[in-house]
Amino acid sequence: MRYAMAVDTKKCVGCSDCVVACQTENNVPIGYCRDWVVEITDGTYPQLEIELRSERCNQCDNSPCVRCCPTGASHYSDGGIVLVTANKCIGCGACIQSCPYDARYSHPDGHVDKCTFCIHRIKKGLEPACVSACPTKCMYFGDLDNPKSPVSEILKVRKYKTLIPEAGTDPQLYFLI
Amino acid sequence: MANRRDFIKISGLGLGGLAISASGLGVYSNLSTSPPQGEGMKLDSTRTPTICEICFWKCAGWVYKNEEGKIWKVVGNDEDQHSNGRFCPRGTGGPGMYYDEDRLTTPKIRTEERGKQVFKDVSWDEAFDYIADKMKAIADEHGPECLALLTHGSGGKYFGNLLKAFGSNNIAAPSYAQCRGPREVAYHTTFGEGVGSPERTDIRDTRCLVLIGSHLGENMHNGQVQEMSDAIDKGAAIITVDPRYSIAASKSKYWLPIKPATDLALLLSWIHVIIEEGWYDKEYVEKYTYGFEQLKAHVKLMTPEWAYGITTLKPELIRESAREMANAAPSVIIHPGRHVTWYGDDTQRSRAMAILNALLGSWGRRGGFYNPETTSVPSWPHPPYPEPTKTWRDAFPGKYNLAYETIASGICDATIPDVNKGCNFKGWIVNGTNLVKTIPDTAKTLEAIQHLELLVVIDTMPMAITGWADVVLPECTYLERYDTIRSSPHRKPSIALRMPAAEPMYNTKPAYWMAKELAKKLDLEEYFSWNSIEEMLDWQFKQVGSSLEEMQRIGVKTFERSYDDLYFAPDEEHEFFTNTGKIELYSTALAAEGFDPLPKYTAHEEPSTGFYRLSYGRAPMHTFGRTANNALLKDLMEENSAWINPKVAGEWGIENGQYIWLENQDGVRSSFPIKARVTERVRWDTVYMVHGFGHTNKNLSRAYGKGASDSELITKVLVDPIMGGTGMRGNFVTFKFESKKEEVES
Ligand code: SF4
Ligand code: SF4
Ligand code: SF4
Repeated sequence: MRYAMAVDTKKCVGCSDCVVACQTENNVPIGYCRDWVVEITDGTYPQLEIELRSERCNQCDNSPCVRCCPTGASHYSDGGIVLVTANKCIGCGACIQSCPYDARYSHPDGHVDKCTFCIHRIKKGLEPACVSACPTKCMYFGDLDNPKSPVSEILKVRKYKTLIPEAGTDPQLYFLI
Repeated sequence: MANRRDFIKISGLGLGGLAISASGLGVYSNLSTSPPQGEGMKLDSTRTPTICEICFWKCAGWVYKNEEGKIWKVVGNDEDQHSNGRFCPRGTGGPGMYYDEDRLTTPKIRTEERGKQVFKDVSWDEAFDYIADKMKAIADEHGPECLALLTHGSGGKYFGNLLKAFGSNNIAAPSYAQCRGPREVAYHTTFGEGVGSPERTDIRDTRCLVLIGSHLGENMHNGQVQEMSDAIDKGAAIITVDPRYSIAASKSKYWLPIKPATDLALLLSWIHVIIEEGWYDKEYVEKYTYGFEQLKAHVKLMTPEWAYGITTLKPELIRESAREMANAAPSVIIHPGRHVTWYGDDTQRSRAMAILNALLGSWGRRGGFYNPETTSVPSWPHPPYPEPTKTWRDAFPGKYNLAYETIASGICDATIPDVNKGCNFKGWIVNGTNLVKTIPDTAKTLEAIQHLELLVVIDTMPMAITGWADVVLPECTYLERYDTIRSSPHRKPSIALRMPAAEPMYNTKPAYWMAKELAKKLDLEEYFSWNSIEEMLDWQFKQVGSSLEEMQRIGVKTFERSYDDLYFAPDEEHEFFTNTGKIELYSTALAAEGFDPLPKYTAHEEPSTGFYRLSYGRAPMHTFGRTANNALLKDLMEENSAWINPKVAGEWGIENGQYIWLENQDGVRSSFPIKARVTERVRWDTVYMVHGFGHTNKNLSRAYGKGASDSELITKVLVDPIMGGTGMRGNFVTFKFESKKEEVES
């Protein structure tokens, strides 16, 4: 089993519902976030292009954060999801430094926090909160080992990229382009 | 050519990653407990149905509570055609409104002069006595018609009932004359029917969507944004006409970066091309329309080359995009837009769009415009209303006869005493609309307010208008109340329920309760003869084949259509509700009123040197100014910015991110500075900003002073002579690098 997510940059409108949905679903304190939206405009008027990306932890297969965690709080869970066990985390922040995607933050309670792929929801057969809230239905989630999962199906038919592949982290967040 | 890169990150991350104050934010501020992670997180099953009130789209959904029984999250109801189970960011952020610690908490009566914001807390009984006495005094001296209701909220229905029982018909929503009115009149005069809300656009199945200044995706009209995404999936072509590179433009096959204020010339040249090339739907035009020959003669000389000189759009681009529409026809939508009060000839511009739809045969066709159906829910029985002897129309004799709804700005104008006006207003009840921002020309609105004998404001938040009220009535949020049944037009008729998920916080109350209590004081209780809201709702639901108990369980009930008439049947004979019974390309109704029966292009005023046209729009995470103080949404966007083209910024030496002041053609300078966003996404002759910022009420602790208000810079209003709409895009701004001394806040 290998959980992954694909986000369609062609359909995303940058509304940030994914950010609010995550905030409420996961009680992320005000002023912090587990996901965010990037808008990049290229060109000169009127020859322009915009790319919109809803970003979060890439749930990397080769995670520098897990490798550098001194206590084992950062670990791989089912389907390759990278989690932080809050009560094992000493808040040293080594993982925050090591993540090339800036996906982790220091929770005011003194531990590190990040996207969990909403493991509490997917275990119950639900989609992650951001995926299920997105008004443009531009996010696809599922198990890459299952060829019938929404994420496998979409990656078969669309062009995609990952972020900073050269970091060698083997990210599992795909952007449809 | 320099390749610029403009990078923006939208997130809940506070500035510099620091925690910001989150007091009062219920579940999201509960910093003493770690957020449950992974499997520690329990899914709760207690949920209650709601209808979102963060905007007018009225999506139906579910409110979930956490283990402590506190409101946790709001999500869409899968059965609901408005949301299809997915809320927009504002709706998802709804709990932020409930937990807002700046909410109005208790009724208040003003104790010093208007606008000074000095109030005393009173009991509900005292507040109602005060209002009832003033209402009776106004009725005795001037007649009950001199009382008006201005509303933009669900509770308006109950106050409307009260007002009509009292003897006044003057009920206005700023959403008409300040927003969608021109398009409604245009579609009525063309097709004999309005567009309505939600719009009857069949975007889901369209092959070509044409957006004229409409920025779907930035305006989060949920169902439409969802359907635009479906259409993209199915390979539909989008054509966007906008001086700004909107998000929709970035998803378009054709973007037409038009010179602002010239849209009508483009539309007429499109009509010219489609007629001259023979690309129109001949059978449809023959069968259903009236006035084709007049139209053909009218646009004869309006070639793309003619339009090029006006719009700056290349003739080939005009022809190619017309071809794209014609190829897709009849599955094509020239979107009527929603906020269309721009230049004062808005009914005519909307007419040109309606005519294009008619030529392409998209009205009544799949992928064009469908025929919506509504469940008609009977009202609770009440005695007949008294017949008013005058209405707002008496203040404007012979004018705006084609306006089908009351003009909010007209009520405002008719409040400033004038012996020549047949109807002068003495009292306003304002429900859920921040009038000083929604009606342009704030100074005039404030002048009107100073002439009132009674101003009652019902709201959940201390919006600017509350500062001017005589009586402020704190309403509980939509998450804490029952409300009117939603039965809106859609592909299938449906009903939906809003019920309280929690008890009202503080000393706040629902609108239905306020209206009934006030009715008691005015001896009008017979108009509110239900014992409880549950009794009324249950009775109403039972009339249409459901019950309160069922609706509490399911939230939304969808019915089958009574006829299979979503689209015209092939060869269908159809009688349109116009004078001729046809789709009127040539409008007999406009001709009869002395207006151009066919739309004409007129040049609009241009900015003088050093000035730029002020344009404004929406951001997906905010609804007007209503959500600026919502902690969940403020985190995504806490202030607006002035979009300035890099060339212009260069000339002025303005840096990206620098705070500047905007000053308009009348010397009005923004109260607060605004951040410059130097971006290629806007034309050099235009300055763009998102509406709804620059709040002046200090009681909005998160929103006060953040960004600038476009409303205060809109002092020039271009009134649509046909229906009284207030065109707001004829204002020009320049840049200033300091505030006006005398305006500095004490
Ligand atoms: S919710 Fe969807 S459309 Fe909105 S920003 Fe997130 S990914 Fe994009
Ligand atoms: S998957 Fe869950 S935790 Fe991760 S960003 Fe989406 S909502 Fe947040
Ligand atoms: S579109 Fe958004 S804000 Fe408007 S009613 Fe729907 S969820 Fe609420």
